Amino acid sequence: MVASLKRPSRTGDAMTNSLSRRHFLQAGTASLAMWGLMPRHASASTRDPRLLIVILRGALDGLSLAAPVGDPAYADLRGSLALKKPGDGPGAGLPLDFLFVLNPGMPFLHALYEKRQALIVHATASPYRERSHFDGQDMLESGLPSQGKITDGWLNRALAGMTHEGAVSREGLGIGAIVPLVMRGSAPVMSWIPKTIRLPLRESTIARLTDLYAATDPGLAKAFKEGIAIERIAGTGGGAIVGKLQPDDPRRRFRPFIEAAEAAARLMSSPSGPRIGALAYDGWDTHANEGAAGGQLSTRLQGLDLAIKSFVDGMGPAWSETAVVIITEFGRTVRVNGTAGTDHGTATTAILIGGKVNGGRVIADWPGLHEKALYEGRDLAPTTDLRAMLKGVLADHLDVPRRVLDDIVFPASAAARPMTGLFA
Amino acid sequence: MKDVATHIALRRFGLGGRPGDAARIAADPRGYVEAQLADPSRAHLESPELRPSTEILREVLLAQKELRLQRKKDANAAASREQGSSPSSPGQNGVAPVKGRPDVNPVTILIRDALELDLGARHARARDSDQPFLERLVSFWSAHFAVALRKGGVVRPVVGAYEREAIRPNVLGRFADMLSAVVHHPAMLMYLDNNASTGPMSPAGRRRSRGLNENLARELMELHTLGVDGGYTQNDVTNLARILTGWTVIGANEKDGEPGRFKFAANRHEPGRFVLLGKTYGGRGIEDGEQAIADLARHPSTARHIARKLASHFIADNPPESLVKRLAATFRKTDGNLKEVTFELVKSKEAWATPPRKVVPPADFLTSLERGFGVQFKPQEWRRLSAALGQPIWDPPSPKGWPDEDDAWMGPAAVRERLRIAEFVARRIGVRPDPRALARELMGDALSPATAKAIDRAEAAQQGIELLVMSPEILRR
Repeated sequence: MVASLKRPSRTGDAMTNSLSRRHFLQAGTASLAMWGLMPRHASASTRDPRLLIVILRGALDGLSLAAPVGDPAYADLRGSLALKKPGDGPGAGLPLDFLFVLNPGMPFLHALYEKRQALIVHATASPYRERSHFDGQDMLESGLPSQGKITDGWLNRALAGMTHEGAVSREGLGIGAIVPLVMRGSAPVMSWIPKTIRLPLRESTIARLTDLYAATDPGLAKAFKEGIAIERIAGTGGGAIVGKLQPDDPRRRFRPFIEAAEAAARLMSSPSGPRIGALAYDGWDTHANEGAAGGQLSTRLQGLDLAIKSFVDGMGPAWSETAVVIITEFGRTVRVNGTAGTDHGTATTAILIGGKVNGGRVIADWPGLHEKALYEGRDLAPTTDLRAMLKGVLADHLDVPRRVLDDIVFPASAAARPMTGLFA
Repeated sequence: MKDVATHIALRRFGLGGRPGDAARIAADPRGYVEAQLADPSRAHLESPELRPSTEILREVLLAQKELRLQRKKDANAAASREQGSSPSSPGQNGVAPVKGRPDVNPVTILIRDALELDLGARHARARDSDQPFLERLVSFWSAHFAVALRKGGVVRPVVGAYEREAIRPNVLGRFADMLSAVVHHPAMLMYLDNNASTGPMSPAGRRRSRGLNENLARELMELHTLGVDGGYTQNDVTNLARILTGWTVIGANEKDGEPGRFKFAANRHEPGRFVLLGKTYGGRGIEDGEQAIADLARHPSTARHIARKLASHFIADNPPESLVKRLAATFRKTDGNLKEVTFELVKSKEAWATPPRKVVPPADFLTSLERGFGVQFKPQEWRRLSAALGQPIWDPPSPKGWPDEDDAWMGPAAVRERLRIAEFVARRIGVRPDPRALARELMGDALSPATAKAIDRAEAAQQGIELLVMSPEILRR
């Protein structure tokens, strides 16, 4: 059984990959049935795992992030947006496997992939099957199986349900003035934004406001307490977190991206800092002039790539205990629309990187791009439930028990069994 | 029982009182709010320096064109110099340099200047307005029909003009008129990509193999009219996109018509008949789109969607169903007369009986400090601080506008930063007002005993001001 959990051969063709994937799921079933009987990580008390969830709002075009250049239908359907195979001159993608290439805007992610610290799950989707960004994001972040009244996010519920003792700080981290929904909920969450003004806060005022809110407004009391707490963590004081950048530094174009990533790293690598964090990047809604290599989307991916690099560098030695999951609400149409972009679609990609990720592979039960394979005749068909991947990460990296994953973190999701083998 | 109506009039339906306001309106707070609806023209924002979007766009589009031509010319000249056929002419890079800023792209300057003029006017209006409820309505509708600076390009210089032209004249008019103004406006057509959408079977589509873009059509139904549960399908989205093909903006190179103006490009319009929500449209060019928009404005789902959104924005999440029903009924009965619908809202007992829950969004929070505490932010300061707290002016994160849940603006770090801003305000205004007196003047009976006590016991006037700024009475409405 252990052997079958090994990643599919990186040199195998697409068919082998998808067969391996099915096999892998079946093997997973067997092992999961025994899960409750197996001992927890023996080293649980000495581990100090960290997890960052990155939400890409606007629906990332997974077919341009990891392009299936080996699919015979790809080049025709994608026309001007198609990436080329490695070696086919300018506009070529970076090699992933027989079927896929990575967008050339992401050389750092590619290097991680080569080091087997990155993997991509393709043709994946949340349970959401309509095409509204906003409902799609709500379902992606709430973790609910259908649309309904939303009160909190799945990452916050996971935080509340973690069984780890001591090693993981119980406080979450949300980067930004508005904490992403995925991180909101009853478990305490710190949040980070850059200081607005260079003024020290006075303890006496903090104490008086704490008392006032405690007596009058529980919501403000909680928010204020968490806001103050984060400033006490060493290393986050001062103004802009990103230092002065040279005029030719490519990070200048993506300062907000970089700043959020560096802040997350600084806090999550701090001994007393939070361990579970979330941040969101906007701007993936590429309806017009999406471009191929060097185009608009590729440029934005370059920003994401630089942000990933900033985060990995910033984590330092803690990177070996860190995982990052990058997800989006849904994918985009397989065909190019009338304005050299793509409209709202269904399945897309999710990225997992981390110091101990069992990476260097694309996990896909590839549905193909031929006419009959497309979802509703227009979108990449979803073949992998995104929740299976997320549950796999939460189970193996954070030791969240299966029952909590099935019923609380992702309610009524028992059928989406956690992926196994995501970590080495 | 304490009377908090004054507080609600000034905050739930306003931008925070100025010193003296509370006393002035205390006799009839409801009348004060209703009176602001009497003259819809007070919502307009006009001044000689604020130019129409068509003028701004024409200037920017032509400057872009000139810059492109000049760059081409420069490149050619450089190429021929390399061949030794032409002497070099240093210092002549064509486009007229901007006075005092010779190294900056002149198009960038035009865009920035246009934006700053509008930003300054918007800021001053919010701070000084005697009809702050109208400004709140403008903000509500501006976010409902959001466009955003982050779209970049030529949307940037006209976000302010868009609000002046499509939103302000209609906040107390007919919903159908506002919707029509919005969908005809270059800012919206560019923001949601309809300007390039082309019928695949239209003459232009066949010639240039261009096609549909369904962005505007989808958001028009999901966000602007019916609501996501309003009963439309993917087919309806695609068909509305077809019906709206050809709705575009005149470009710099076009011979007929002024660059920057709306136009219906018949040669891009998809021929044929299309079913939208059970009704067939087709064969009438631009009139089909206009009819479709009018029908969407009148749809019962639209009435419900707008009613719920208005009540949630001004009162609280999950507003009483009875109120939503009354607003929707008024919307339908009056054919979307927004003055009548707004009246219904401010006359409702629910509006005055629900305790303040909604955390005041950053821009309005800053404005309320200017109105109440006599601090003056520069327009750029107002913009920067609002952005730092999560609300960059005219730049919402998506076509859905700003988050609007009661606690949306209660992110922990942002609440903490409000305290830093409170400290900044307290330092800037010095010890001039006694915080206890100011609290009573601004808040009257709505000042809670706990807040009053905290301010009384402050160790200094400056701290008293900080506590007042950060009181739940100021942070929620």
